Amino acid sequence: MFKRPGVLPGFWPAYSYSVLYLSLIVLIPLSAVFLKAATAGWPKIWQTISSPRVVAAYEVSFGASLAAAIASVVIGFVIAWALERYEFPGKSFVDALVDIPFALPTAVAGISLTSLYAPNGWLGRYLTPLGIKVAFTPLGITIALIFIGLPFVVRSVQPVMEDADHEVEEAASSLGASRWQVFRRVLFPAFRPALLTGFALAFARGLGEYGSVVFISGNLPMKTEIAPLLIIAKLEQYDYAGAAAIAVAMLVASFFLLFLINFIQGRSRRFMETKLS
Amino acid sequence: MSATSRRRILRTEPTWLRRGLIGLALLLTFLFIVLPLAAVFIQAFDKGWAVWQAAVTEENARSAILLSLLVTGITVPLNVVFGLAAAWTIARFQFKGRNVLLTLIDIPFGVSPVVSGLIFVLVFGAQGWLGPWLGDHDIQIIFAVPGIVLATVFVTFPFVARELIPLMQSQGSDEEEAAIVLGATAWQMFRRVTLPNIKWGLLYGVVLCTARSLGEFGAVSVVSGHIRGLTNTIPLHVEILYNEYNYTAAFAVASLLSVVAVVTLLLKKVLEWKTREARV
Amino acid sequence: MRLTVSVILAAAFSSVLFGATPVKLLNVSYDPTRELYQDFNAAFAKYWKAKTGVDVTVNQSHGGSGAQSRSVIDGLQADVVTLGLAYDIDAIAEKAKILPANWQTRLPNNSTPYTSTIVFLVRKGNPKHIKEWADVVRDGVAVITPNPKTSGGARWSYLAAWGFGLRHNNNDDAKARAFVTKLYKNVPMLDSGARGSTTTFAQRGIGDVLLSWENEAHLALKEFGADKFEIVYPSESILAEPPVALVDKIAAKHGTTEVAKAYLNYLYSDEGQEIAARNFYRPRNEKMAAKYAGQFPKLTLFNIDQTFGGWQKAQAKHFADGGVFDQIYGAK
Repeated sequence: MFKRPGVLPGFWPAYSYSVLYLSLIVLIPLSAVFLKAATAGWPKIWQTISSPRVVAAYEVSFGASLAAAIASVVIGFVIAWALERYEFPGKSFVDALVDIPFALPTAVAGISLTSLYAPNGWLGRYLTPLGIKVAFTPLGITIALIFIGLPFVVRSVQPVMEDADHEVEEAASSLGASRWQVFRRVLFPAFRPALLTGFALAFARGLGEYGSVVFISGNLPMKTEIAPLLIIAKLEQYDYAGAAAIAVAMLVASFFLLFLINFIQGRSRRFMETKLS
Repeated sequence: MSATSRRRILRTEPTWLRRGLIGLALLLTFLFIVLPLAAVFIQAFDKGWAVWQAAVTEENARSAILLSLLVTGITVPLNVVFGLAAAWTIARFQFKGRNVLLTLIDIPFGVSPVVSGLIFVLVFGAQGWLGPWLGDHDIQIIFAVPGIVLATVFVTFPFVARELIPLMQSQGSDEEEAAIVLGATAWQMFRRVTLPNIKWGLLYGVVLCTARSLGEFGAVSVVSGHIRGLTNTIPLHVEILYNEYNYTAAFAVASLLSVVAVVTLLLKKVLEWKTREARV
Repeated sequence: MRLTVSVILAAAFSSVLFGATPVKLLNVSYDPTRELYQDFNAAFAKYWKAKTGVDVTVNQSHGGSGAQSRSVIDGLQADVVTLGLAYDIDAIAEKAKILPANWQTRLPNNSTPYTSTIVFLVRKGNPKHIKEWADVVRDGVAVITPNPKTSGGARWSYLAAWGFGLRHNNNDDAKARAFVTKLYKNVPMLDSGARGSTTTFAQRGIGDVLLSWENEAHLALKEFGADKFEIVYPSESILAEPPVALVDKIAAKHGTTEVAKAYLNYLYSDEGQEIAARNFYRPRNEKMAAKYAGQFPKLTLFNIDQTFGGWQKAQAKHFADGGVFDQIYGAK
């Protein structure tokens, strides 16, 4: 299915342009943050990123992003499934709505969610008597991150569902597989890589999210303080190197995560290709 | 296979389950997307249409809208060209470091917006790498339009490429190869074969890229300088209004962005549907 | 087209003849001064036009005091800075070297044309009977204040509480610390900035008392309705001095030194002082202070130099990483 540079033209121009533009816009500016962190020296970097408050913030950020990414995968899967496989009135509209979190400024999302979930908000006033506190708790952070991460999952899964091979599905059911078996053995494995991509993107995005979270999180040190807020706090003390050190630790984590997912996907695609050919 | 039998087999979930899943999907969309959006609109029109209109046509709002449009107008074409080049490279060729390249394209998704702004300050700021040189030549990058454009390009960098790569991978390169073998030039192949095939994916990438560059807040906030009427984009203007306790106006301007987003996304749906109909 | 050209020519000509090119200034300020400088800029433009015949437009930039100071360090082209605390202007002098280290001695009153203090905003009727700092640390009182790590105003609040703790415990540092620790035990959430805290308190209905800049408390009454909240003055609080300064190198580059200096000096004029007072900043000028005395109840104000040995020391001890504020939260 894939050709080495042969028949098709334009590998070198497209490749060089991509790499050049990537370097100018992303890599060179990003290297600035690495070099800035390096000016502090290893002991200082280590001391910064291992201090209890920073570790606590990593825990909040990772925990909330992980929970939100898992929730986004479940919710996003249901939404994508309904959109791709069923007909219902207003489908196009719902489909368009899914992208709203991409478009809404994150600060607006944060303000809006806070006004919903604050103890006197539309939802908060019913949840508070039940003892469920959302705003200014890790749960609030998670909800904000679900809002941010949801479209990543839906949009990753949708094209795959659209392309899904109906024949295999039909063959399975005509061979007597139950609906559940078809789903579990045939459909779900085909969607898994896309779900994984959606998960990784939602997770990586959640780690760095600031604008929407800072309104709803409450920002209590050791409890609901997220890592990007600590970067701001470091900058507030004119400690650029310290801010860069925290940023680098987060960047490395995101990069590793994204790379892992792309690697797994690359392998599974190659695996499927060899199996097919 | 006849259309009816295909439909029957495809829809083998029992009705209760189908309805249940649709209901669940609607409920979840409502809870996680519609409700926050509705909160924006309800607060935007809290004090009536006239107040909304005044808020979005006020002088500082207008200059913010113009600036956001300018920034988007520069950002989107840049990222479209890159997206096409990157997708062509990755989806049509096998080479060493392909996964690395793919991951590097995703990186801006994983970078905190705060950091996305910070990196440009570190490069172009007065204390940064190029700062002294820029200062000597009186060139202002950050705290001016170029810095806002750079930060926006960075944040929206992956959208077009991300949209095109899986699409082109799944389509395969047979048609393009045929075109070349039959003697088409590279440009003819691109215009007659590639572009028509990826049209919708590309359009979709453009829509997302546009929406995101209009709405970017965190990164732009770091490099804007917040000068009223000069370097405030729409989201920054929203923040200012909010901080002036002018909640209605803040949500009014924010609702403008949401309207633009919903309308473009719906428009895209309609176009898609029309073309499909025309083809049948 | 022709019209545009002739307008440009006319403008160029008249500027050659009368030197009347419109001047632009950029004032980089902190969050709570939006309304103040909106009024003041208009007044100054009028005054300057009358005095010199030149039109002056003052552009405003507002944000957290620390973030604004960082922007100037990183190249935001501010002709003047009007920030929340001297520490932030010191940082500009130290790191960017675009104004001299002794900037604070160049204008009267420590370069602070107006002052403010930290007061309490409570709900109407003061249901929790909060009269004094000691009431704020009582069990069951929820206190709203921003994060001192990211907000200048929150640092003033923190230091006001600490100062009260010191002064009522014979300057016993340990007791002051215990007092402030108790206070932060009553804080359910920390917003990143002063305006965010006011919104949390007023709009979201969270908390019993908001520690607030005096001018911000008055503004909140004006914006949210005087029937919902009231301002309580403790017996003593901190004298908050938000300073102003000319950014020498940038103004020189823009050729705006003269008008920028006049702009800052005009803050000390009767009109400047009156505008400050109308925006609930305490004027320095005695005439205006007397005129607006009814608006500013008397209370004992202690200042940062005497109580804390200046901003540099206060910052290092309390707000730096691993400082007392971090320890308070780490110890929990």
